[in-house]
Amino acid sequence: MFRDKDRFLNVLLISPSILAVLIFIYAFIAWSVRVSLSKWKGLSADYTWNGLNNYFDLFADPRFQIDIRNTLIFTGVFVLGSILLGFILAVMLDQGLKGEAFFRSLFLFPMAISYIVTGVVWRWLMNPASGTRTSGLNLLFNNIGLDFLANQWHTTPTLGIAAIALAAIWQMSGYTMALYLAGLRAIPEELKEAARIDGATELQIYRHIMLPLLAPVTLSALIILGHMSLKVFDLIVAIAGKQLPLDVPAIYMWQITFDGLFYGRGAAVGILLLISIAVLIIPYIRYTLKTEAEQ
Amino acid sequence: MNKKLFALLSILVVAAFAITACGGAATEAPAATEAPAMGESVEVFSWWTGGGEAAGLEAMQGVFAGSNPEIEFVNAAVAGGAGTNARAVLATRLQAGDPPDSWQGHAGQELIGTYVAGGQIEPLNDLYESEGWLAVMPETLIPLISNDGNIYSVPVNIHRANVLWYNPSVLTANNLAVPTTMDEWFAAMDTLKAAGVQPLAVGEQWTKMHLFETVLLGSLGSDAYNGLWDGSTDWASADVKAALDNYAKVLTYANSDSSSLSWQDAAQLVINGDAAFNVMGDWAEGYFRELGKAPNTDYGWAATPGSGGVFQFLSDSFVLAVGAPHPDAATAWLKVAGSKAGQEAFNPVKGSICARTDCDPALFGVYLQSAMSDWSSNIVVGSLTHGVVANDSWKTEIDTALGLFIADSNVEGFQTALAAACASSGPCK
Repeated sequence: MFRDKDRFLNVLLISPSILAVLIFIYAFIAWSVRVSLSKWKGLSADYTWNGLNNYFDLFADPRFQIDIRNTLIFTGVFVLGSILLGFILAVMLDQGLKGEAFFRSLFLFPMAISYIVTGVVWRWLMNPASGTRTSGLNLLFNNIGLDFLANQWHTTPTLGIAAIALAAIWQMSGYTMALYLAGLRAIPEELKEAARIDGATELQIYRHIMLPLLAPVTLSALIILGHMSLKVFDLIVAIAGKQLPLDVPAIYMWQITFDGLFYGRGAAVGILLLISIAVLIIPYIRYTLKTEAEQ
Repeated sequence: MNKKLFALLSILVVAAFAITACGGAATEAPAATEAPAMGESVEVFSWWTGGGEAAGLEAMQGVFAGSNPEIEFVNAAVAGGAGTNARAVLATRLQAGDPPDSWQGHAGQELIGTYVAGGQIEPLNDLYESEGWLAVMPETLIPLISNDGNIYSVPVNIHRANVLWYNPSVLTANNLAVPTTMDEWFAAMDTLKAAGVQPLAVGEQWTKMHLFETVLLGSLGSDAYNGLWDGSTDWASADVKAALDNYAKVLTYANSDSSSLSWQDAAQLVINGDAAFNVMGDWAEGYFRELGKAPNTDYGWAATPGSGGVFQFLSDSFVLAVGAPHPDAATAWLKVAGSKAGQEAFNPVKGSICARTDCDPALFGVYLQSAMSDWSSNIVVGSLTHGVVANDSWKTEIDTALGLFIADSNVEGFQTALAAACASSGPCK
């Protein structure tokens, strides 16, 4: 009887947050799905059934094709870059060098800055002007004799979005470093010692012992960085404003809904974003829950 | 013990939820009962939160307080994104059935296509008649801010979109006169290019749309330009094709780093002598003055090539909400917004001219005086970028077509997309 009362209290106590999540997340997802299947265009709600036409229109829209291409390029460069840089930084810090705490904080600090601030600073750094108006990184390259590195940054046709990813790498590689450093520290020293006794070189230890043991960390990093890059919005707007060559689904969604009042199509973009992120995250959550249950 | 503490905390959290849930209603209730006792109030929604705009609104608020001391003025301004944020907030409030009494919007189709279509603003013809505004505003302006014979907003200020800014010393150094036709302009820019001078300064995408509308106007003339927006000019026609070719050609004279420049950056290139021409609305003049530059020596201006005698305008205006909580106070506010005193208080501070043609020129600088005389004598047409001639959906589609064109320079594709946009969101069928 005591247990029943306990359980009742438990349910009662978590019910407000369950209710809030149900209303403010799941109910609104359901509502957005409904809007995405409607002809709603303009300020007043219009739930006329439109089937999947908003989705078909999106995939036929050359702008949305640019969005998908940009998202893929951004995700590829950002995720790979952050993971590589983060891993290298973590391995270097793990060598037990002097002032480790200082460098650890130094690399982590960019994460504490908002994307808007990062964006404004990188907008200055990546100034593509040439001739007498050259400034930012291009000016630095010119002055130290690395002229060939000077480029058009985010105004480069087609691949401009990769320049935005550079700013994102700068911001998030410290975080990836922290993930890897924690992973490296969790690997028992005995394993490395055993390998050394067996005659393994340091490189072999990293390749055959550390990397496999760090696989879960890499997976976490992939998921966290991957879903961030699918949602990227503020960084691009802060660096380049709303311009079509650097368009991504989130910017398209904002513009088409609030500037263009195409609520139906905007909701469809939102749902597609949700689905793409879910595809990434749900298997990860299931995997984590399963391994936790096994432990 | 710990469990008890946890339970207590949880109850507090639940209570907090309950309180915040009631919060909305609880804070509104006293306001509603207080208002009649304190006298009426009027809630005016805008995105004027900084610089000359906020100062101008404050000055106009002063005029309002002078003539309506019993009405409390509630300034519901939302900052950010040149009105983007404010419009999103406004859309949410309107959908929730909680409109402010009056709000700011660009005069013309941006208001009409959005709020008239949604049945959210009242026609103001009676107000125009009783206040005699029809006599003091340009005749060609009224159809641009009307729908089916109903006028829906009170324009407070006027900006001109079709202004060609130039650097007088750069032109003199290259023996060039100010171009008045598209061909003269191309010839002048060829000369400049050959002399190693950057002919034209352009900024990010919206400034390219601004340039686009002035080239359309300059190539097609005012009648055909107006026809684009009421369906009488065919977007797929050869004339429009020629205008688009002109636009493509104009872009070849632009700076290569345009997409990383704001409009200020682009205008500054002209002031600094790094470029000869810039097409921007006349708010650029306020920026030049802020930089301490002198009119006619540091910068010159003319109507954009091909658009002499035409005034391509945009305007901030105020509307009356359907179901306004305080309709009488809102009407009193609109009377001030359209009055000579109200506009003379607002515009010199904001750096724009009055929508009325009877404001005192002595209050304004050299450039604005020339704009005032053009405003009262020229043919008035509306701006695309700034919401006069096309509704928001149409404008967004044109913006997308323009963005794709800038990326791929395909004129035929651009024209097809523009014709499709007119059919899906404009008057073309």
